[in-house]
Amino acid sequence: MYKKKECIAMLLAGGQGSRLFTLTEKTAKPAIPFGGKYRIIDFTLSNCINSGIDTVGVLTQYQPLVLNEYIGNGQPWDLDRTFGGVMVLPPYQKSKSADWYKGTANAIYQNLNFIERYDPDYVIILSGDHIYKMDYSAMLDHHKEMGADCTIAVLDVPLDQASRFGIMNCKDDGEIYEFEEKPENPKSTKASMGIYIFNREVLSKYLIEDEADPDSSNDFGKNIIPAMLNDGRTLYAYEFSGYWKDVGTIPSLWEAHMDLLGEEPVFNLYDSTRRIFSRSESRPPHYIGEGAVLTNSMISEGCEVYGTVINSVLFGGVYVAPGAVVRDSVIMSDTQVLEGAEIDYSIIDSDTVIGKDVKLGGGQKPGKFKITLIGGGLNIRADDNIPAGSMVNEAFLAKQK
Amino acid sequence: MATANGIIFSNIHDKSIPELTRKRTMASIPFGCKYRLIDFALSNMVNSDITNVSVITHYNYQSLIDHVGSGKDWDIARRSGGIKILTPYITSFANVSNALYNSRLEALMSINYSLSRFTSDVIVFSDCDVICNIDLNEMINDHIKNDADITFAVKTVELTEAEASKNLIMTSDESGRLVEFAAYPKQGVSGKKDIHLNIFVASTRYIQNVVNDAIAHGYKSFNRDVIGPNLNKCNFRTYKYDGYFASLTSLQSFFAHNMELLNNPDIRDGLFGQKNRPVYTKVRNSAPTKYGEGCTVKNSLIADGCVIEGNVENSILFRGVKVGHNTTVKNSILFQDTVTGENVFLNCVITDKNAVIRDDRILSGHETLPFFIEKGKMI
Repeated sequence: MYKKKECIAMLLAGGQGSRLFTLTEKTAKPAIPFGGKYRIIDFTLSNCINSGIDTVGVLTQYQPLVLNEYIGNGQPWDLDRTFGGVMVLPPYQKSKSADWYKGTANAIYQNLNFIERYDPDYVIILSGDHIYKMDYSAMLDHHKEMGADCTIAVLDVPLDQASRFGIMNCKDDGEIYEFEEKPENPKSTKASMGIYIFNREVLSKYLIEDEADPDSSNDFGKNIIPAMLNDGRTLYAYEFSGYWKDVGTIPSLWEAHMDLLGEEPVFNLYDSTRRIFSRSESRPPHYIGEGAVLTNSMISEGCEVYGTVINSVLFGGVYVAPGAVVRDSVIMSDTQVLEGAEIDYSIIDSDTVIGKDVKLGGGQKPGKFKITLIGGGLNIRADDNIPAGSMVNEAFLAKQK
Repeated sequence: MATANGIIFSNIHDKSIPELTRKRTMASIPFGCKYRLIDFALSNMVNSDITNVSVITHYNYQSLIDHVGSGKDWDIARRSGGIKILTPYITSFANVSNALYNSRLEALMSINYSLSRFTSDVIVFSDCDVICNIDLNEMINDHIKNDADITFAVKTVELTEAEASKNLIMTSDESGRLVEFAAYPKQGVSGKKDIHLNIFVASTRYIQNVVNDAIAHGYKSFNRDVIGPNLNKCNFRTYKYDGYFASLTSLQSFFAHNMELLNNPDIRDGLFGQKNRPVYTKVRNSAPTKYGEGCTVKNSLIADGCVIEGNVENSILFRGVKVGHNTTVKNSILFQDTVTGENVFLNCVITDKNAVIRDDRILSGHETLPFFIEKGKMI
């Protein structure tokens, strides 16, 4: 016999993230490394445990190997529980059919039996693609206080960007009367963050109805929310005002890293009250050699820096040789930057060697530059001609020869 | 393969570094930016597949229990075996016989019940004052192959008379059999000698007999009552280790061995860079270290979670240290969560955990006498 859960989380982590090019060739987007020692999904998982949610279903279907291994039994997030904890939920074969997850709503629908196991009163739907710190328990309190059927977290966005988001049009008390997906002429600036709290029965009912509709695209934003509004259900918006960033593109992934830097960073990782947990490797402390120059940068364990690092984030085990320069860049685990190399405005994936005297992304001006992406496990030489803004993988290098 | 239990003595040698052991065990002394001394002993065991480890404590063991926790950071939170912390055994009928033990042999006598239930072939013993990255499997194989009773790990080093007086000096014949030993010789010993690493492998049955004999006869000292009289009767051997090794005998040597990590990449590599033998420690989930505008950092080892706005040179910073604007930290060791304000100057200083150095303070010690600031002190 077990104690029921009040609220469980369903974390949508199936995103392919195709706009991240070679970074997501072998990895699902939530497993992309971020911030020196984290992966994107760490932020959502840490938010869950920091908000008192100890049961999380992670829905995956794209390149799940790295993500599965990373999540493991959930111990780094304190999500290894005798009942509940974190569980990876891939699509599976049923007695009469076998389906991939057709959409966000369908992914949850296919796992209704998982939800029922824990007999929760509320279900929170999350996505594993965003960088933010949020207290879901405050949102749940708000949901209960308003007596809502569904509460949607919203963020105030600039009016000129509102047409990129799903926009909630609300009454003064926050009750949603209309939802518009990417409207041309937005009436409000409250953008959906893709975070929903549902009363469990309401969620089950609408998912079952949605599944029965062959024309539905099985999506929360496109189908479930409009259907609930049509039926006159009570939906409330919950305003969130902290840092929130979708890192779905190379420029936004780069920007999010730059947001970590500075004396008063836009996004502060050093606040110990809402710590972000991650699966740590055992690496020794990092070493800063004679002649190293460091300015406004983040450096992780196991690095060895003898060169110059400015406005950059180095992940674990990165080597920067004497005379090498890394500026305005993100260098992922175990990559080596050899003598005389100069790297500007780049993201370099793990285990790559940037050879002697290689110049990447140079000669660009602040405010007007393109991010160069170098894939993992490559060997870049000085005679490889890599123009700024290239997306470099093995195929790219083969073509150059 | 032979099965092995591990036993770690967490308090022996506490007296060597009284500054750091006032409120903790030798085992929980911080070392090398993010580790505690027990991490090296535990990692050596775990990397040699010894997952059944008992830690013998004596006093001051709160910090140790806090550090080790369930053992999961060393992957020894196991259903069968795993880590056990053996606290002093005192019955409710307190009387003279409940006095705390004073020696290695008495410590073993006090855990006789646990010891008598070991079913492994050998036991690997380790103290916490020696830092090394040793392959214990090789040593166990050597022990088994030679059908030894006890095999002592030794390292050949050049010693001055003063250094010799702080070590157990062992002499073995060509076959590796121990023929003579001198415990902490006061004078007359110097030059190239084999010193004991305070790591030894013993056959389980042999140790069980030794402890039972000791209880029956009231023996007190492992060296005097067990090793000495039996040099010719039992098969005692030495095993030569030639990797990185640091023995902490005083605050000065603690300081020197930390600094050694900075000055020689081979030493760092010998401890941290051994393939398949990583050193594990408690995970703290700190963010990576942040370097501000206008900081200068040279020849330093720095753990995660620090925020550095000033100048750091030839120093070792533990997790969560803050170095303020215009502050200079030279030749110093700052333990976890030390905070320095602005315009501070530190040279040859060791700060214990959570020390606070306020704005404009100038503190300096010397390599031979580092200035030590106690845990939580504000200056």
